[in-house]
Amino acid sequence: MVGLVVVSHSYTAAQGIAEIAAEMAGETNIEPVGGDSDGGIGTVPDDIEAALAAADDGDGVVVLVDLGSAVMNTEVAIELSDVETVIADAPVLEGAVNAAVAATSPDATLGSVRDQAESARNVDKL
Amino acid sequence: MSAPNDAGAAAVAAAENVADRIEAEREHLTDLDSAIGDADHGGNMARGWQAAAEAVAGLDNPTVEAVVKTAGKTLLSEVGGASGPLYGGSLVFASAELSDGLTAESAVAFAETYLEKVQDRGDAKVGDKTMVDALVPAVHTFKKSVETDDLPPVDALAKAVAAAENGVAFTVPIRAAKGRASYLGWRSVGHQDPGATSTLYIIEELLATAADHLNQEIPSVDADSPTIPEGEASGE
Repeated sequence: MVGLVVVSHSYTAAQGIAEIAAEMAGETNIEPVGGDSDGGIGTVPDDIEAALAAADDGDGVVVLVDLGSAVMNTEVAIELSDVETVIADAPVLEGAVNAAVAATSPDATLGSVRDQAESARNVDKL
Repeated sequence: MSAPNDAGAAAVAAAENVADRIEAEREHLTDLDSAIGDADHGGNMARGWQAAAEAVAGLDNPTVEAVVKTAGKTLLSEVGGASGPLYGGSLVFASAELSDGLTAESAVAFAETYLEKVQDRGDAKVGDKTMVDALVPAVHTFKKSVETDDLPPVDALAKAVAAAENGVAFTVPIRAAKGRASYLGWRSVGHQDPGATSTLYIIEELLATAADHLNQEIPSVDADSPTIPEGEASGE
């Protein structure tokens, strides 16, 4: 099963987004990660790497990210990690919900879950 | 790994000097970042470099490569913002250029690889109002000073510092195209870039450490005029 990681500058935000997505996620592993080494706002590659390992059960991980350096720190974590991982270019909350739904499909792959997350970019709210 | 040596000790001293300087400039960097960013550059960099200085002071075998790599890894785990991957990740990556020790040639290779990694990771060009605006002229000036002008290391570094100063000044009138400041658009004009500024401080401390290590005065130099090679300038 494809796992999910939610990376936010705030651990609280990541945890909340993971909670919302988990409503739709069945058995899918969703790991929230965020905050700097002092518990402040930021992202740390080592923590993201640990989340990738925790979310993976062999089929790889799709990562949802919030702003700026969350992307760079996730890229560093992917370089450090052995887990097969892709970043979805998607809004973090909507993308996480879409990805959670896609991950429950018996045919889910890293590509299909990422594509479904990225389709959230085009969802109108009004 | 070669045995611990003078250059390794100088590298440890450089990390300590950078940590002290960044701590001394913490408020200034934070002020610059609060104008166009999220006001965390001073605190993040000070925390990261303090931890890096402590980590390298504890190394059993402080070769230059080990010092640079350890400092980079520590920045990666302690900084918590874009400065972690940009400053720290690039140090880790470029440290391999120092595996045979520190020479003028390996220092140029290190500087070029560091710059390449920063640009690759951050996807910024000259003129985007980022650390790249200080780093590109500094690295190109250092390379030219060593390879073409045959200047000794301290003189070449002094030239690089002068070029980085010009690069920092260049960030003031331009509009940010990368990073948090880019959200501000035209409101970023008129503010000095914090990343270019901290990059200048780091290069200044490398110069001060090298001069001290080699028992030389810091030479007074003028920056050469345009040191940015063709094709590097932003087309925007």
